Amino acid sequence: MNTTIASEYSAETHATPIEHRFNPYSDNGGTVLGIAGKDFAVLAGDTRHVEGYSINSRYEPKIFNVGDDIVMTANGFAADGKALINSFKTQLKWYKFDHNDKRFSIQSAARYIRHLLYGKRFFPYYVSTLIAGLDDEGKGCVYSFDPVGSYEREQCRAGGSASSLIMPFLDNQVNFKNQYEPDSDGKVKKPLRYLELDEVLELVKDAFSSATERHIQVGDGLEIHIVTKEGVRVEYFPLKRD
Amino acid sequence: MFRNNYDNDSVTYSPTGRLFQVEYALEAIKQGSAAVGVASKTHVVLVGLKRNAEELGSYQKKLIKIDNHMGVALAGLAPDARVLTNFLRKQAMNSKLVFNRPLSTSSAVLSIADKAQENTQSYGSRPYGVGLLVSGYDETGSHLYEFQPSGSVLEYYGASIGARSQAARTYLEKNLEKIRESASMEELIVHGLNALRDTLSQDVELTFKNTSVSVVGKDTNFTVYEDEDVQQWLDKLDSVTNSSNRNDEDEEEDAGAAAEAEGNDAGNQDTTEDRMETDE
Amino acid sequence: MNHDPYQWGRPSDQTYGQYNHAIANAKNAPAEHDSFPKMNTQNPIITSTSVLGIKYKDGIVMAADNLGSYGSLLRFNNIERLIKVGKETVVGVSGDISDFQQLQRILDELETEQEVYDNFGDNNLRAPHVHEFLSRVLYNRRSKMNPLWNSVIVAGFNDDRSPFLKYIDMLGVTYGASTLATGFGSYLAVPLLRKVIPEDKDYVNVSEEEAKKVIMDSMRVLFYRDARSAETFTLVTLNSEGVKYDKQVQVSNQSWEFAKDITGYGSKQL
Repeated sequence: MNTTIASEYSAETHATPIEHRFNPYSDNGGTVLGIAGKDFAVLAGDTRHVEGYSINSRYEPKIFNVGDDIVMTANGFAADGKALINSFKTQLKWYKFDHNDKRFSIQSAARYIRHLLYGKRFFPYYVSTLIAGLDDEGKGCVYSFDPVGSYEREQCRAGGSASSLIMPFLDNQVNFKNQYEPDSDGKVKKPLRYLELDEVLELVKDAFSSATERHIQVGDGLEIHIVTKEGVRVEYFPLKRD
Repeated sequence: MFRNNYDNDSVTYSPTGRLFQVEYALEAIKQGSAAVGVASKTHVVLVGLKRNAEELGSYQKKLIKIDNHMGVALAGLAPDARVLTNFLRKQAMNSKLVFNRPLSTSSAVLSIADKAQENTQSYGSRPYGVGLLVSGYDETGSHLYEFQPSGSVLEYYGASIGARSQAARTYLEKNLEKIRESASMEELIVHGLNALRDTLSQDVELTFKNTSVSVVGKDTNFTVYEDEDVQQWLDKLDSVTNSSNRNDEDEEEDAGAAAEAEGNDAGNQDTTEDRMETDE
Repeated sequence: MNHDPYQWGRPSDQTYGQYNHAIANAKNAPAEHDSFPKMNTQNPIITSTSVLGIKYKDGIVMAADNLGSYGSLLRFNNIERLIKVGKETVVGVSGDISDFQQLQRILDELETEQEVYDNFGDNNLRAPHVHEFLSRVLYNRRSKMNPLWNSVIVAGFNDDRSPFLKYIDMLGVTYGASTLATGFGSYLAVPLLRKVIPEDKDYVNVSEEEAKKVIMDSMRVLFYRDARSAETFTLVTLNSEGVKYDKQVQVSNQSWEFAKDITGYGSKQL
């Protein structure tokens, strides 16, 4: 095994050689969250942009309406996120030209994004990607992706730096994990049901204000994109700035 | 039999300084059905007369969208137009992607002008056989350009290309003031359709099946109207046939149009000078 | 070892015979004259420090000093890093100076190209367009693992004439705010600037004098604490009247009173 002295001032040794070369990635923090309802879907994200311990900007939106009532975010390394979203938007335009303005369904969008991500399998886009919208039957849906293109349709998903804080909360509050009927002695699971939009919005706000408390990279503002059959609307709520 | 020795390729001038292949390309535009463009201060309207090869077949598309703020009408070889419009779409997207701004109408036409010019100066290539009317609305306002395979582009307030387009030009010249001052989009469309109507031959009339209309302008994305959607404006025309222009001097006008299609007389004379007698 | 700069590091021919390119499957063995391995920038050489930018109600104030450092050596002292692009946009660059000059060439070329196709003569190359373009240049270079080692601030105006201020780094990361700084300035100057503009929208309450004052103060703090900063800098003001350059501005109101108390490696323990 190679060992390297870390510096001349200490005798610390590392198990692997110190790499000293250009690193093409950085982490710009932030967190995102998508929830699907019966006939709506929301995609929310904080607006803080960080690098290291510095807050670069308190308002740098990362959720975009990419067309055809699909909202998309790619959270993580911001430059890759921007590149991924831009290339998707451009391809959507070509799809429209090539298919006589046909609506791009969300499952096609998801499959296409998978190809965009896997296409850079060996120099990946360093992002967790979420899209939200309505499926062909008008039901709300959320698709989530890993950096190299694995994807699935889900009822809810948190991504980004505070995803590990938010996801368990969502499991419990959206999918009723570990919730049982009262008086059933923990034997009967609480039956699943679709949440209403106002319930979902409260969940999202709670999730983000809690994440803001516990995660240094989350805060400043919360932007929620809401997709219904009427289209996409955006709501903004301030978060703590500390 | 005469044979022209100076039209075998597009790089050889004739002794009188002409490029025949380029001129033939301009002729190809006249083989296509007419398209008319009119520009007011806020909007640009393109209208086109669609042709179908046979009753059972579909009509040839005359209007093509480039981006939300730009679109073209074509006359001549439709496949060549596809190549050019595809290129323009790429340019438009590149402008959005690299500069985050819509492609300006002037740089759009100059970019295809450069492409067309290259074909007039390289051996073994053929000039595009299509003319375009490019309509666009950008931060400098509304614009209408005519593009030619020679690589020339000129801006117009009213322009027409394709078969019998001289008749439309006559209408546009007569009504230029009214067209420029058109207060509504509808008014502008009716002027465009009137001009297009004047290009019709005897047995044809404007119907919603053979007429395409497009608009672009202030707060108006480029939109193409076809079929039933066109009827609303056809209803506004005093006539959908060209009979008013076709009275006793019918024959004469046709003869004039024919001469136009052949190029002017002086041109014909030059041609003969460039011809050589061959054995055949 | 062979010490010829083009063969550096190779076994010397005298000792080991001709170098065998077939080893290690070096299929495309380079021609003799350029056999020096191709190298991308791994670290900056001549460097420059912070660029500052702040919005105010009618425009933007920017500042950057004129120093080019070679490690800890003050190597060049007359480098102008705030460059004008188009009629009303200023690009401030920090980081590697040779890469900055490359960016300058790219922007010059862009401007020429725009002039060719802009036959109306209106200035349609504005700050948002320059910013998007530069972000693509920097991101594409980082994606080739051959970065331009710079942080860039683009200042100018939006289509609605409101001030535009956005940042790009060597990875292609971009963000906008009413107060921006590159490098050391992001630690030392941004807190001072944010005292004047606590929230992004508050720039409308800031006058040109206030904006200039806080930039001057920030440049002084940077001169105190950033060892790679210099005393002379350029201050640029952008507003509806155009772009105004104040060159050879000096850091003013310095107080080195504390210096006499410093002994050894720090201030005396009281």
